[in-house]
Amino acid sequence: MSLGDWIGQSENLVFLAVGVVMLAAGFWVVTSRNLVHAVLMLVVALAGSAALFLLLGAEFVAWTVVLVYIGAVVVLFLFGLMITRAPLRRDPLPLDHRRRWPAALVAVAVFATLAYATTAFFGWEQGEAVERSLTGDLGELLFRRFVIPFEAVSFVLLAALIGGIVLARKDPRE
Amino acid sequence: MTLNQFLILGSLLFSLGVYGVLVRRNAVAVLLSIELMLAAVNINLVAFGSLLGDTMHTGHIFALFVITVAAAEVGIGLAIVILIFRNRSSVNVDELDLMKW
Repeated sequence: MSLGDWIGQSENLVFLAVGVVMLAAGFWVVTSRNLVHAVLMLVVALAGSAALFLLLGAEFVAWTVVLVYIGAVVVLFLFGLMITRAPLRRDPLPLDHRRRWPAALVAVAVFATLAYATTAFFGWEQGEAVERSLTGDLGELLFRRFVIPFEAVSFVLLAALIGGIVLARKDPRE
Repeated sequence: MTLNQFLILGSLLFSLGVYGVLVRRNAVAVLLSIELMLAAVNINLVAFGSLLGDTMHTGHIFALFVITVAAAEVGIGLAIVILIFRNRSSVNVDELDLMKW
């Protein structure tokens, strides 16, 4: 498929627009001097991923991202920033390390490796038709075929909940 | 839509997250970058589930699992960060040398 054919499909235009917005927001997340702005840009990046999931026909995953990530996790991050008195541009110490270029080099190497590995091993399966997953089908799968991983992951969530409470509360003996 | 475009976008977002983890000094910002990496993984998983002709949607199910584990990770991670802030009144990761001797 040539580039002209690829651009000609309207869903690819949507993909391109959402992808550019996601990358710009992700870049802002890792470079912003103001951490609250970084969290808000993470919201944009996650909303972009939800839009991509809708494009891929995974509606339940998309709305789960909106509810869990944008609804809960981001609020948790904002509380974390509030409690730990995050630097809002007035901090004398910079937010980043001085050695940016080695980190950028590592990131480029990671990108090259990942992009090569994934496209070389899976890219040849050119799936044209999007296989939609209805919410009911996913529920059926979760509670039949994947019920043991589902229970395991719910146990992980419970353990994390209790662990978070135990870690964050003040020690009563002090 | 081809699978490659999602794989490339996922790799780009993941490498942005790697850069953030390596370069940020604030622990909350490091956790933010980890969220970016997990979002990239989710894009790859959902693209696999939708475009590889998998009728069982294993990729979608595993994206849900990744979201759950990410929520647990943020809860624990922020609890640890708050604990460190209470003890050291700083969350800069390059000042944390408690376990180094």
